[in-house]
Formats: sequence, structure tokens, C-alpha cells
Amino acid sequence: MSESSPSLRAEAIESLLKERGLISDEAVDRVIAMYNERVGPMNGARVVARAWIDPDFRQALLSDGTAAVAPYEFEGGQMEKLVVVENTPTVHNVVVCTLCSCYPWAILGLPPRWYKDPAYRSRIVREPRKVLSEFGVALEDDVEVRVWDSSAEVRYLVLPQRPLGSQGMSEDQLAQHVTRDAMIGVAR
Amino acid sequence: MDGIHDLGGKEGFGAIDYERNEPVFHARWESRVFGMYLQRLGGASNIDRRRHAIERIDPRAYLDHGYYGRWLGAMETLIIEGGVLTRVDIDARARSLGAGTDDLVAARPSPTPDIIGEPGARGDSIRPLARAPRFAVGDVVATLRHGVPGHTRLPAYARGRRGRIVMAHQGWVFPDTNAHGRGENPQHLYTVAFSGSELFGESAEAGFVLHLDLFEPYLEAEHV
Repeated sequence: MSESSPSLRAEAIESLLKERGLISDEAVDRVIAMYNERVGPMNGARVVARAWIDPDFRQALLSDGTAAVAPYEFEGGQMEKLVVVENTPTVHNVVVCTLCSCYPWAILGLPPRWYKDPAYRSRIVREPRKVLSEFGVALEDDVEVRVWDSSAEVRYLVLPQRPLGSQGMSEDQLAQHVTRDAMIGVAR
Repeated sequence: MDGIHDLGGKEGFGAIDYERNEPVFHARWESRVFGMYLQRLGGASNIDRRRHAIERIDPRAYLDHGYYGRWLGAMETLIIEGGVLTRVDIDARARSLGAGTDDLVAARPSPTPDIIGEPGARGDSIRPLARAPRFAVGDVVATLRHGVPGHTRLPAYARGRRGRIVMAHQGWVFPDTNAHGRGENPQHLYTVAFSGSELFGESAEAGFVLHLDLFEPYLEAEHV
């Protein structure tokens, strides 16, 4: 197999579909632009930052994530039901999809490559502490690890612990501190 | 199906290849495949049939061609099965672009594809059910011991295991039938918690709980 075989195969299919008028560049470009520009982890970061400063919103988010984020009208799909799981000093949550690569697109964008690769999908359900330590998350023995394998249409978002020393920050400032990896659960 | 996609708990894949400041797409063809796939070519389909098309691609390509290579294989499978393009046409065009005759092609179209009988089927999956759920939060359940042919969402690593229901999500489209044109057949869905040692035995790491979202037909009552 040459390295370029998927690339050439994709080009062959695209050129045939275009010649037959079955797809247009405009429609394909529109989809690509949307996920490159408007759908991404900045959306989830807004939700997390608000939960850190607004206790009522945090409670609403934890009891019904779908309803709590509905007013944001995030585009991108793959989020029919959202369950938000909260990290605490004694619980650490981490999300995976072992059967494919399910991921809450509308709040986190398209998943990073490692999330879709066999190494993460195979290992995080079997040796989560070891995998997390490789990501730089060293957990004490008394912290329970909760792994969420997204095997149906429910999507999971980790609500990370608010960083120490962030008192007095605005919602926008806090959002800058929320990383994609923390919302998956592979960072604090 | 016991396919290569069912990766949970497999060993030997090594370190996670983490990339800092990763772009959304790593090559132009990946973005084109993503954009084309979302045009939903190939006739009536649904999320479950599209997922199963990924599971059916060549297992070597599944591991070698990356995420968008899997999508490419699924897309080609579905557009050939849907009669949109033929394998002969695609092969010829790929060769004219420089592809080799022995290049690994991911697509595995079936000569007798499943027919999805609901053109314009709803894209969502929640279906309120009149019948009561069999299980409640706190119940102990056991999962099916064996795999089933075709598309299913009970991973192999969690077969024949005991867990506890921690959430009940009401009725959802059942992927096992919906993927194959056998109807939405809605079922109650639950989140089930399993201990690490229940899944992986004595060698399991201490202090972790694994959660799966499982449909009622995958579960049996278990008496503790």
C-alpha cells in the first residue's frame, strides 16, 4: 500500500461525484468551514466557565446537561443528550468511545486524532490510571476513576475542578483556562 | 459483529500519540471526505447503518488509514451499495490519478446490502416508550454472554459481566435493528456501572468504575 492511497481514492470519488452533479464544492466547503471555524472546544469552555461561577447553572448542568446548554444553540450536532460529570477532590472522570469515536461535537468540535486511535480506545477502559499518568494526570490512590464509554447516543462532558487561584476572574477569563483535554478528562 | 472496531480492552497498541496544537484536519483529503460524508450520498441511511459501514471496512485499512480513512471506506461502501457509483468506475479513476493496482482499498460493499426503508428517516434517536422499563436505577444486571451478527453496541470486553444500573434514559432507537433496515424498534437505554475487576479480573487496576450505555435487550436481571 502506498501512503497516498486513501488520498487518491478520495480524490477519485470526489471527481466522479462532481462530474455527475451529485455534490458541489460549495456544500462540501460549507461543512468544512463550519467545523474549522465555529464548532470547537471554545463552546464547551464557555459552559464550564459559567458553571464555575454560577452555582445555579452548575446544578442545572449536572442535573440535565441537555436542557442547560440548549439556550446556547450550539451548532455541530452529535449531542442529542448531554450528561455532564463533575470532577471533585475524590472523583476523576474520563470519556472514551471504544466502538467508534463518539464525541460531543457541538461543544468540543471534532475529536483529536489520539481520541480516535486504537491506543487510547483500547487502553483507557483497562488501565485508566496508567493512561492518565501518561497524560500527566497523577491521581492519588483514594481518587476514584470513572470511565464513561459512550456506547449509545448519550454524550459526556467532564466538568473539571476550578483551578486554584482563579478567584475574581471573569467568566471570559476563566473560559481561557478550560482546555479540551480537561473536558475529555485527560487533563485537570 | 466481532470486528476490528471493537477495541476496548485490547492490548499491544502502545503509547498514545499525542499531538500539541493539532489541526482539525491533517490533510486536505481528510477534510474533503468529512465534507462529502456529511452530504449523505447513497440513498436512505441512518447513523447506525453509517457506523456499521465503518465496522465492515477492511480491518487492515481500519488500523492503517486513520479516522477519515475509515470514513472514506464507509462512504465508498455506501455509495456503491446505493448504486451511485460502481467499484469499476472508482478503480479506473483512482488509477488515472496515480493509484497502484495493489493499493489497499478500505471499502467492502455487500452484493446484497441492507435496505433502509425510510427515506428521510429522522436524524434523532430519542423515542418515548409507553411500556415501562424493565430495570430501575440500583438494579444489578448481567450482560449478554455472546456477540451477535451485524451491528451492536455491547462491546466484547463487557459481555457476560455484572453491573449496576446508574441512569435510566427512557426509549431510544435500537441500533441493532435500525442499522439493517429492520426498523427503529425503540428500547429502553441505561447507563450501567462495572467494576474494573469484574471486567478484567485480578490484574485490573484498583479503584475504577467503567460506565457503558446499554440497551435493554443486552441485559438480564441478576439476583445478588
